[in-house]
Amino acid sequence: MQTAAPHHHDLLACPECDLLQRLPEARGNARVRCRRCGCVLLHRERDVVAVPLALGITAAVLFILANSYPLLHFGLHGHHDATYLLAGIRELFAQDRPVLAGVVLFTTVLAPALHIGLLIYLYLPLALGRPPPGFVSALRLVQAVLPWSMLEIFLLGVIVAGVKLAEQATIQPGPAAWALVLLVLVLAAASVRVHPRRLWERVA
Amino acid sequence: MRASRGSAMAQALLPCRSCGLVSRRPPAVARVSCPRCGVRLQMRIPRSLSRTWAFLVAASMLYLPANLLPIMQVTSLGRTRSDTILSGVEYLLQLGMWPLALIVFVASVLVPVAKIAILAYLLVSLQLGARARPMDRLRLYRFTEFVGRWSMVDVFVVAVLVALVHLGQVAQVEAGAGALFFAAVVILTMLAARTFDPRLIWDNAEPADVEPAR
Repeated sequence: MQTAAPHHHDLLACPECDLLQRLPEARGNARVRCRRCGCVLLHRERDVVAVPLALGITAAVLFILANSYPLLHFGLHGHHDATYLLAGIRELFAQDRPVLAGVVLFTTVLAPALHIGLLIYLYLPLALGRPPPGFVSALRLVQAVLPWSMLEIFLLGVIVAGVKLAEQATIQPGPAAWALVLLVLVLAAASVRVHPRRLWERVA
Repeated sequence: MRASRGSAMAQALLPCRSCGLVSRRPPAVARVSCPRCGVRLQMRIPRSLSRTWAFLVAASMLYLPANLLPIMQVTSLGRTRSDTILSGVEYLLQLGMWPLALIVFVASVLVPVAKIAILAYLLVSLQLGARARPMDRLRLYRFTEFVGRWSMVDVFVVAVLVALVHLGQVAQVEAGAGALFFAAVVILTMLAARTFDPRLIWDNAEPADVEPAR
């Protein structure tokens, strides 16, 4: 494989329509949109490292809480039970549904954990002034894992499950449910703040 | 390959999908990498149309078992009830939770069908060389990309409910084969959307549609 010749650093090609355009002059904290299709090309936020790092650390704490406490408490005819995220996955394995269990494990535990772990791995060294080893792979991995991290959809699933059971059992949200609500918000904020192009400007 | 006016391809420039740097292609070289981040550079996602078709055909074949087979079996006080995606929606309606029933119906039933139909339409329109209304077709693509993941919600409902093992004497929930097919449909349509290269829509577009908006 041969290396291509770098062209003008102030040129951008839209990822959705390929229109080549020149970067406009800096104008505060604005987003730069494609002239043809309106797709967001660049974010001009002044701080591209500290905020994602803070969100990543917050998410790590919330992720641990969401996996350590019950999501929902149930009471039915004097019996009591609570559901944990990991217990559901373990039970799917026990019911001989390894593929289904694997899909749920990946989309609700592994992918979010990877997302959060990579945020800290990437941004903590950058905040200290140097890129981490394997910067290129880590940055590509975090972009690749994002669509498969589905905690916000899982949260909707928890709500639907709770409503379905509320008819027959008394239910109460557990601490993990509240942690999950916050985690979804923090991860949503973090995922729109990963700007590979801006990070490359800092590193290169 | 055609290229729309003003595109990077028309000027033989290669944008990096990973870091965004625009590079010039050295002449007569088959494989080039990004000078900044080392990722292989390609004008368009290779074999985008045929790969998207493959994921799409697989997803539509699994759509039927996903909806016909039960996603879970609920045993409560000696009675066993099988829930498919649709009967789950019906159950929510009986409980009077129509906003939630609507969300689940849209996410689980409408969205997968809409997604398969839209991607198939986009593929056919590209293969027929359609030139009109590229912006509208791009909007359709963005819709499928944004909304597709939400179909996973029913799979997660099953994962939450099966964990209630300690209610074993009074109620037990078992995952059904439908849930597995359903997860497969969601994953395959997500992969289909990701292998589709939206820039192909613009490569064929009419010059009049390509002029900058302002």
